Amino acid sequence: MFDIAAVAVTIAIMITMYRAIKGPTIYDRVLAGNAIGTKTVILLVLIGFVHDRPHFLDLAVVYPLINFIATIAFLKYREMGRLD
Amino acid sequence: MIDVMLLLIIVVCAIFALFMKDLLSATIILGIYSFIMATIFTRLNAVDVAFTEASVGAGITSVLMIAALSRTKRYEYHYTKLQRRKPSALFLKVISLLLVIITGAVLVYGTIDMPEFGDPEAPANKHVSPRYIAESEHETSEKNIVTAVLAGYRGYDTLGETTVIFTAGICVILLLRRRINT
Repeated sequence: MFDIAAVAVTIAIMITMYRAIKGPTIYDRVLAGNAIGTKTVILLVLIGFVHDRPHFLDLAVVYPLINFIATIAFLKYREMGRLD
Repeated sequence: MIDVMLLLIIVVCAIFALFMKDLLSATIILGIYSFIMATIFTRLNAVDVAFTEASVGAGITSVLMIAALSRTKRYEYHYTKLQRRKPSALFLKVISLLLVIITGAVLVYGTIDMPEFGDPEAPANKHVSPRYIAESEHETSEKNIVTAVLAGYRGYDTLGETTVIFTAGICVILLLRRRINT
């Protein structure tokens, strides 16, 4: 059950990868990267349940925090042309 | 099944990050690469390594690369056909290809005499682990063996790692803070 769900999420990551690679504008790529980060969180939770180690949930909660650091940097660079 | 799919995504990421002419896109794809790599590390039960990969690879490296891009140029230099056909350019290409192949071969050679993954006869499982399992609760009065090893036996190592992560966090704050323009 969890295995099948994990495979489905991995396929979803592959489909999102297409947008990240093809994406005509930079915003498509940022959005695809963000979506893949979110899917990674779900995949991590599912893997935790497959291995019977539900404390992966704690780890998964911290991943989105990391995910949005890079996004903020991208958007700030696009808005201002520089970071500082 | 998941492992093979994740490794496939990693390879696709690496190839397209190389061929991308827009370096900002390449940075985003490298961030995705780090996230998938962290998932693979979690699959291998190396949770702390996965966490470092996610925070350093996807978070801090992306910010530092964008900071570098904001000071240089966003697009790769486009060589004309004439420049690409020059003997000196070809020579440089061959040299760098050789260097990469030699480095890869040396790395693969280094893994040949390593024990199998999860081998109970491996030296790490024969000499160090039994002592930790037998003695750690008595020596450090900590029930969780991983915590005992990280915070007790390798306390200074962990202190150094924490310092590195802390410094990286300060760097990110310095780069991302808002400065009042005068």
